[in-house]
Amino acid sequence: MTLTTFFQHTLTGISLGGAYALIAIGYTMVYGILRLINFAHGDIFMMAGYFMIFSMASLPWQIAIPLVCILSVALGVAIERVAYKPLRSAPRMSIMISAIGVSYLLQNLATYLFTALPRSYPEIPFLKKIFQIGPVSASLVTFITPLLTLLLVVGLMFLINHTKFGMAIRAVSKDFETAQLMGIRLNNTISLTFVIGSLLAAVGSILYFTDRMSVTPFSGTLPGLKCFIAAVLGGIGSIPGAVVGGFVIGICETVLVALGYSTFSDAFTFILLIMILLVRPTGLFGEKIIDKV
Amino acid sequence: MKKSTKIICSSILFILVIAFLYFLDSNKNQYGMAYSVLQKGIIMAVVAVSMNLVTGFTGLFSLGQAGFMAIGAYVTAIFLIPTEHMEGVYYISGASPVIMTFKGWLDSLPAWFQALTPYIALLIGGLIGALFAALIGIPVLRLKSDYLAIATLGFSEIVRAVISSPQMDTITNGSYGLKKIQGFSSLFQTFAIATVCIAFMILLLRSTYGRAFRAIREDEIAAEAMGINLFKHKQLSFIVGSFFSSVSGGMLAMFMRSIDSKTFSISLTYDILLIVVIGGIGSATGSILSAILVTLSKEWWLRFFDNPLTIGGFQIPFFRAGFRMVIFSVILLVIVLFYQRGLMGKNEFSWDRIALQFVKLKNINKKVAKEGGSKNVE
Repeated sequence: MTLTTFFQHTLTGISLGGAYALIAIGYTMVYGILRLINFAHGDIFMMAGYFMIFSMASLPWQIAIPLVCILSVALGVAIERVAYKPLRSAPRMSIMISAIGVSYLLQNLATYLFTALPRSYPEIPFLKKIFQIGPVSASLVTFITPLLTLLLVVGLMFLINHTKFGMAIRAVSKDFETAQLMGIRLNNTISLTFVIGSLLAAVGSILYFTDRMSVTPFSGTLPGLKCFIAAVLGGIGSIPGAVVGGFVIGICETVLVALGYSTFSDAFTFILLIMILLVRPTGLFGEKIIDKV
Repeated sequence: MKKSTKIICSSILFILVIAFLYFLDSNKNQYGMAYSVLQKGIIMAVVAVSMNLVTGFTGLFSLGQAGFMAIGAYVTAIFLIPTEHMEGVYYISGASPVIMTFKGWLDSLPAWFQALTPYIALLIGGLIGALFAALIGIPVLRLKSDYLAIATLGFSEIVRAVISSPQMDTITNGSYGLKKIQGFSSLFQTFAIATVCIAFMILLLRSTYGRAFRAIREDEIAAEAMGINLFKHKQLSFIVGSFFSSVSGGMLAMFMRSIDSKTFSISLTYDILLIVVIGGIGSATGSILSAILVTLSKEWWLRFFDNPLTIGGFQIPFFRAGFRMVIFSVILLVIVLFYQRGLMGKNEFSWDRIALQFVKLKNINKKVAKEGGSKNVE
């Protein structure tokens, strides 16, 4: 591998990692607050892809992008209200099955509405412009993704650490009941995490699919699982952890594909998961939780 | 109800089932749909009970069924592709010499052994699946609920990725899949194998091991305090569950006659989960019932959802390809949200229960509203 191809692949990896990081934040926040793997998150990401296709069909991108964000947020909050809220006090397994059910529903609904054939993703002209830095060339979206990711994460960190909403989220994820006793509106706070998660998933979806060109009803499953693993790698509940995890998995995957092991790149992610859970179950930045009997 | 009455009832049911199967088997061409759908239903019943054993009875939320089924299916398929078709099946890169020697050796065995090949193939497929379960169980079973789910889901995806990778072309035929697998000789063979598998699992659940599994499901810490070796029992449940998942995968391969890695995607696991949830998490007979019901409705009765339907010149909207699966996912959600016990809850099928239902029904019909009218039933 020459130095140029190395840089080329690193750049692609960082860009992919940025999109992964944005989705991983959604997982880590929901897990932090509800202790639930939101299996439907990957499918919200997929649906955002379809929303983009249909809104770009008749609208300019300046309007389409906010519209996609709004629709994804509405979908995310609706899922929380319908499928997760009634199960707050149910056993852990029921709420997980409910999450799987939502994911199954969204996939089947997408197959039903848009057929299982891949649909081509609309091009946003300025994002596809090719840039040349020295010998390395890439489209603008490759450069924008990591920058936008970092920008959004900084904004999110500010929201979590320095605003009232953020304080509420932190309180609820520490302790449900106590937070409620302190006058925090539980349902609003949980909805807020879904708003943030779905918004970031929508942005991630635009960045991810612009590079991939097509969407199918199942294109959310694997990225979804990988991003959950990224969240575990970084330490579930920790936003910087999710970002680091997203970048690590994105870069590792691109490197494996570049080396010609593309079929094993998915397998690698899961082996990574098992390794992390064995060696350091709390992830890189996670806090240790002690179970009391 | 007396024990002798129960035995009579059970034998009548058994004879009815056999007679029905015999009828179907002899009129195969006429009732082709029922024939194949029932076969698939009973295969799904095996895997549903095996998932229930792990998830419903031991409380280990494992989503690796599709992966174990894939292992079982591929092992069985390699055994059961007739040697003369091997070249045609592996037309891209040729079969590995090891497999060809093995097939040659298998063909040189006496005829009575040849007749047993399907059973041996299923057994070995199951054992290899169980071996994998034992290996990954050591690290994975230390994990708690959701992590376990995602790790087993990951395992299933790894299996699929490995099977479809070009490096495995000479063994699994990569992404082209295996074809021309020898099928079941009759409906009875399918049902007999399935019955043996399910009976084994139900007997296991009724033994002391089954009680230990249930104790672990209810409260791990309390179970451990009562002297149940957590790891040993979790491992046992996981291995047995995976063994039967693999066997049912092999049966699925024999049923479908051709398999590829896409058959064993995550959605297969979700389909099985749907069956288990509808049947009742923690009820083996519920799983059997719901496996047959769900497969019947999915593959046959509710097919019409997928075709445009016109009644009296009016085209009913929504009816087109894919609508059936939407309905099924909505059913899954509705059951989880509003009716968590499913068909059977944690109860098992028993004649007493049915008798009770009958008496209740009778009482309602006779409008016996007297107090205690149903008390003397027991």
